Amino acid sequence: MNIAAEFQAPSLEYSLLSPIMIIAGIAVLGVLVEAYAARRVRYLVQTVLALVGVVGALVATVLVGMNLESLADGAAYGSVAAAGSVAVDGPAIFIWGTLLVLTLISVLLFAERRLEGGVLSFAGQAAALPGTEAEREASTRGLEHTEVFPLMLFALSGMMLFPAANDLLTMFVALEVLSLPLYLLCGLARRRRLLSQEAALKYFMLGAFSSGFFIYGIALVYGFAGSMDFAAISEAVSGTTGGRGLLLGGIGMMAVGLLFKVGAAPFHAWTPDVYHGAPTAVTAFMAACTKIAAFGAMLRLFYVAFGGARWDWTPMIWTIAILTMVVGSVIALSQTDVKRMLAYSAIAHTGFILTGFVGVSQAGELGGISSVQAVLFYLVTYGFMTIAAFAVVTVVRDASGEATNLSRWAGLGKESPILAGVFAFLLLGMAGIPLTSGFTGKWAVFASALEGGAWPLVVVAVLMSAVAAFFYVRVIVLMYFSEPVGEGPTVTMPSAMTTIVIAVGFTATLLLGVVPGPVLDLAASAGEFIR
Amino acid sequence: MSFPWLTVLMAVPLVGAAVVAFLPRRTAEVLPKQVAFGVSLVTLAVAAAIAVGYDVGGGFQYTEELTWIEAFGAHYALGVDGLGLTLVLLTVILTPVVILASWDDGEGGRWSVNAFFAWMLALEGLAIGVFAATDVFLFYVLFEATLIPIYFLIGGFGGLRRSYAAIKFLLYSLFGGLLMLASVIGLYVVSRDSEFGPTYLLSELSQITIDQNVGRWLFLGFFIAFAIKAPMFPVHTWLPDATAAGTPGTSVLLVSILDKIGTFGMLRFCLGLFPEASQWATPVVLVLAVFSLLYGGLVAIGQNSIPRLIAYTSVSHFGFIVLGIFVFNSQGQVGSTLYMFNHGLSTAALFLVTGFLIRRRGSELISDFGGVEKVAPVLAGIFLVAGLSSLSLPGLSPFVSEVLVIIGAFAYSWWYAAFAVLGIVLAALYILLMYQRTMTGPTVPAVAGMRDLGLREVSALAPLLVLIVLLGFYPKPLTTIIDPAVQDTLQHVGVSDPAPEVPAQAGSGEEEESDQ
Repeated sequence: MNIAAEFQAPSLEYSLLSPIMIIAGIAVLGVLVEAYAARRVRYLVQTVLALVGVVGALVATVLVGMNLESLADGAAYGSVAAAGSVAVDGPAIFIWGTLLVLTLISVLLFAERRLEGGVLSFAGQAAALPGTEAEREASTRGLEHTEVFPLMLFALSGMMLFPAANDLLTMFVALEVLSLPLYLLCGLARRRRLLSQEAALKYFMLGAFSSGFFIYGIALVYGFAGSMDFAAISEAVSGTTGGRGLLLGGIGMMAVGLLFKVGAAPFHAWTPDVYHGAPTAVTAFMAACTKIAAFGAMLRLFYVAFGGARWDWTPMIWTIAILTMVVGSVIALSQTDVKRMLAYSAIAHTGFILTGFVGVSQAGELGGISSVQAVLFYLVTYGFMTIAAFAVVTVVRDASGEATNLSRWAGLGKESPILAGVFAFLLLGMAGIPLTSGFTGKWAVFASALEGGAWPLVVVAVLMSAVAAFFYVRVIVLMYFSEPVGEGPTVTMPSAMTTIVIAVGFTATLLLGVVPGPVLDLAASAGEFIR
Repeated sequence: MSFPWLTVLMAVPLVGAAVVAFLPRRTAEVLPKQVAFGVSLVTLAVAAAIAVGYDVGGGFQYTEELTWIEAFGAHYALGVDGLGLTLVLLTVILTPVVILASWDDGEGGRWSVNAFFAWMLALEGLAIGVFAATDVFLFYVLFEATLIPIYFLIGGFGGLRRSYAAIKFLLYSLFGGLLMLASVIGLYVVSRDSEFGPTYLLSELSQITIDQNVGRWLFLGFFIAFAIKAPMFPVHTWLPDATAAGTPGTSVLLVSILDKIGTFGMLRFCLGLFPEASQWATPVVLVLAVFSLLYGGLVAIGQNSIPRLIAYTSVSHFGFIVLGIFVFNSQGQVGSTLYMFNHGLSTAALFLVTGFLIRRRGSELISDFGGVEKVAPVLAGIFLVAGLSSLSLPGLSPFVSEVLVIIGAFAYSWWYAAFAVLGIVLAALYILLMYQRTMTGPTVPAVAGMRDLGLREVSALAPLLVLIVLLGFYPKPLTTIIDPAVQDTLQHVGVSDPAPEVPAQAGSGEEEESDQ
């Protein structure tokens, strides 16, 4: 009798996974830097390390993307790696590229020091209780937590793995890897620390709860399909006729977990509080990148694994899309804080993306926009607008830090016309006015939905866009047509880093609004998900 | 490649707007005003060159076409036919007049004089683009883009309640625009399945047969947006606030140029793309048009505020225009297109001359005036001519267009024409009552020291009045341009003029009754 069969080491296709590994590796290096580097060089080393790592991963992504093998006559590109648990295909590469570019500008936001007088906008010593001597001492000594950079990169590695995961367990691991550093980052604000810690705790509690739903859903789906692998699940869904209850329960539970992550109603309650309390740089990073990763994962899960059950989950998505758009647009009307308003607008945008979710699954021969193409394009436009908008929020300050109450923004047009103009343009972009990327993104998503026959969703979306336009325009009116309250808002001149972020976001919004062709074609050429 | 005349025509005011905006800011500086005026004259010259080279009856000319967003099927496509050329000419004639008349209106606003004139030039460029666009996507983008300059002109430089008026205008128009967006995307879906693939070119879209129900829904999206723009009853309430709050020049640009986008759109897109749906909707549209006509006139009579009065007269006039379009015969549609041009001129003259009046007195209420004609006879004279043109006195150009619209209405159904004729009586009332109360009678003390019109103001109004009188006697230059375009539209819709009721010479009038 054989004692042990020859152990077959799984082939991990390191070259295909190189972008994720670079990011994870740089993050580990960052931890080592924290342990061993002298305090005064940590900031510089961490920032440079993070930038180099992200750029390196971006280069690796481009190389991997160019060398993907084509399947099914060019309808899909890519291959399954790591013994079937990671799918490196066209959409995954597109999402990786988007995430890395957005993280690159987020690193610049994280690294901004001039706004807080030479220290990072993160807590000096997070373990010091607010209001104690230890906190004051940390502040006077100019302590900084440069761990935020490796934390961000760990979250990024999870975000990259999440949409590329090809089996349920990998997806869950990626979800946790992306979430845990973010829970921590949310609590690290330098100002209004109690609010920030409250936001972190809320995010953690609700996030853990929704992850619980997610893993329970995984258990149910595994029970139905007998395998964790998406391809096998997809076969089981199309093939098996019995046990539908298990499958539907599993889809529902997993949807709860994923919809929580993207901030869809009725799982949106965390979004305003967390976006408000977290340090604004972290809010920018989260709002853009988490949503992109989560939507990528949702697309893969629902299109590949549950593709055969499309008739079952489409009504659910319809309902949630309508609810999300209405909740996001209507509740935003009553907001008086700019970060909360942007949070509710992010919820409304989630609703619009969900509208594209139920579009046609494949483009026709003569053209047309598949839902994957539309959603990917919208995510790109949304990411740039959001990060730039939050970057502008970091710059409007008063003596106690950021002045996020809308009344403090009155008269910004007089005080700083360029900044107000940029912010007005970004708001118009979020409202979907033509010549901005918000318009072309909305157009792509609505066109895809109409082609797929979801015209009620488009009608609701158009009506909610009109409602949303009201609160966006209200901020523009406030900036330009209102007299300043008190001495008015002050715009602290940031260093080149935040300026670059705002400029990049503004340019991307303008360019993608006027010539969206190249990025749209790139999203189309990503092809379909592979099995 | 032929010279891109229309792109140049669009670009000159847009580049001029950027130049004026970045000129150095100094108080009481005339340079930005002079530059803006010069740019508008250059635009007028280019447009004149285009008009001279236009071949009547040649369909769309000066066409340019470039693929813009291939995935959407959107093209950068421009071209003018008779209808487009008429409205482009209206835009380039009115802009220098408005700039000259608004010489001093930019001061005292929220922002600099540079911004005031820059927004006006930007509006001119975008409006030219709207009238020249032959791609639905490009039209939509420019349609939405024209909202921004007007919003800032009203909100930044207007008078009382300007923020409220600006926001009301913006939200009304955005809402209409979003409804149109749903229809625009619907067009994409419809065209995707056709032989052309996804496309937004008018030339291709007008050849696709659209399913009846889908066509009706898409028509509704476009029509509601254009009805808000025109404006028609019941979505007209933004206009009186906007004209009362804005400077006279802004009101002219809004009513005489921008509102024409509504009726232009009805002709070009509603009739051009959805002929069956347009005919299906005709009964309701005609009732709304007649209602606007009468409602605008009645409410205008009772107004005490002069700009609001003129705004309601516009609601009434646009009722006439829509009536002329939807009776689907050549008299009605030629009359409508001519009406758009003439209404632009006469309302511009009215707004500008009353603007001068209001500025001198410091009040826009009729009750604050009296007997101005003794003190400022030139102003009163121009006011009278402008008012008479607005009530369509024969010999002035609006008469020709109004009579054509009413003849067209009679040819459709005498009921509508009877109500339309009532509109003429109402017009006489609102204009003459306003003139009587402000200009005639004993001179009110507050008016006693009023200056008459100066050279600059008269030279701003003179071209308008000259055109009004000339075209009143000799409208042929315009009708020769408009006729072929109207014939093309009617042929596309598939109707022909009804036979005359009274038997004329033998051999004429053999055509069948048009289907309704």
